[in-house]
Amino acid sequence: MKNLLLIAYLDVKESLRSKWFYVYSVVFGGLMALFFITGVSDSVVMGFTGLSRMLLIFIQVTIIILPIFILITTVKSISGDRESNVLEYMLSFPVSLKDYYWGKMLGRFATVFLPVFFALILGVIFGMMKGGALPWKMIFLYSALLFSLSFVFLGLAFFLSTILKSTDIALGASFVVWIVLLAFIDIALMGLMLQNRVSDELVITLAMLNPIEVFRIGAISLFDPELTVIGPVAYYLLDTLGSVWLIVYSFVYPIVIGLLLSYLGYIAFRKKDLL
Amino acid sequence: MLAIAKNVTKSFMGTKVLDSVNLTVGEGDRIAMMGPNGAGKTTIVRALLGFYHIDSGEIKVNGADPIKNRVDVLKNISFIPQLPPPVKLSIEELLSFVEKSSDISREKIFAESNRMDLDLKNQLKKPFFKLSGGMKQKLLIAIALSKKSNLLIFDEPTANLDPKGREKFYELLTEIDPACSTLFITHRLDEIEGLVNRKIYMDLGKVVEDEKI
Ligand SMILES: Nc1ncnc2c1ncn2[C@@H]1O[C@H](COP(=O)(O)OP(=O)(O)OP(=O)(O)O)[C@@H](O)[C@H]1O
Ligand SMILES: [Mg+2]
Repeated sequence: MKNLLLIAYLDVKESLRSKWFYVYSVVFGGLMALFFITGVSDSVVMGFTGLSRMLLIFIQVTIIILPIFILITTVKSISGDRESNVLEYMLSFPVSLKDYYWGKMLGRFATVFLPVFFALILGVIFGMMKGGALPWKMIFLYSALLFSLSFVFLGLAFFLSTILKSTDIALGASFVVWIVLLAFIDIALMGLMLQNRVSDELVITLAMLNPIEVFRIGAISLFDPELTVIGPVAYYLLDTLGSVWLIVYSFVYPIVIGLLLSYLGYIAFRKKDLL
Repeated sequence: MLAIAKNVTKSFMGTKVLDSVNLTVGEGDRIAMMGPNGAGKTTIVRALLGFYHIDSGEIKVNGADPIKNRVDVLKNISFIPQLPPPVKLSIEELLSFVEKSSDISREKIFAESNRMDLDLKNQLKKPFFKLSGGMKQKLLIAIALSKKSNLLIFDEPTANLDPKGREKFYELLTEIDPACSTLFITHRLDEIEGLVNRKIYMDLGKVVEDEKI
């Protein structure tokens, strides 16, 4: 445990000095600031105003860029160290593979989750400056959803990073996964449904399996209880699950998948050659 | 016996890189391991350190399996890799990793570095990979010598050192506790001749020569 925390801490320190972390923080913090300056929060669109509207837009952008950011920056963490022989040196010291792997994961989680979380907090601060009631329920839900979205993609990145020997292949694989998941968010699903080539059940299942879609449904359901903006799939889900269970599912499902993937990565890390 | 490799075979992508290697390292052994590029020297050393799952055979280091008991095995080994790794941690952070994970005292590392004319105290904030090749090597040597081990494994440790650094390094080696065994991989036997009492020659994944000198 001592070594796990040590490795997490050193990974965080290393990330804090890297360029990607800087870009990452500036992008998310900057987005919030941009929304604020351009007055997104002042306009009334579809009935949402102020902070709520700003957070909604923030979440919509996050859905697209957060997964790829996490994948690109993290997929190299194990495979890159392996390629550059850093792993050979660091693991010649008596640290268990368990401490090393989970320590890296913990450290990485902190560096990918905290900047988005702080951007959200920044938004809340802007909201307070403008006055008006704070949508606490929404802030809480969004923090939880960002947590689980970060977690699932971190798990995926660690999985790819350990099972694929080369960084290039791992990077390529993450792009493919990201594009596929993105293509299958509601618009594409709706298209499929309308063409009626596949059964509704299949479409619903696909939606429920895709963590990006699940995140989106969870995020919007709070706002727009009827989910009119995202279409029939979400509407169907809401109808069958009910809004509370839908939110619970959208938080728990990504965590479960993230745990599963990161655990599979851990198994591969232990069972395969380290170098 | 400190380390035993019995009939160790390992293939990478269908090619046998280690072919039934038999090797023992006893107490007080000072081994020079030689052989052409690609002979499998680095591979057998990595197998001893538990980095590879071997296809067949058996490896025991201090009586334990280096994969199943990696923490116990690695506690007693100091290792310097063939190429200094581009570690992004600052020297300060690297030292704290080493210190906390392996119970090495920082003072000892500073002392060993000083003896090789490496001034660490003024560059603690510098990332390790920004040191010069020779400085990196010296720091790795200082760390390895400061660790309380009974087996030192050096994979071509002098490749990057200037003549003076090399001399200093050999001088330090003469002071290593005689109870501690060493395994050097090297291409220049002449340089360490006085320091070793056994030489092993590897070629095509086999130990082809193993003699006391
Ligand atoms: N992880 C790996 N994957 C695939 N092939 C490998 C791997 N590691 C080593 N090899 C191959 O195994 C062979 C032996 O490599 P090794 O590094 O053990 O040689 P060496 O004796 O240390 O050579 P040198 O004197 O050049 O350092 C080489 O042909 C190398 O390409
Ligand atoms: Mg080698």
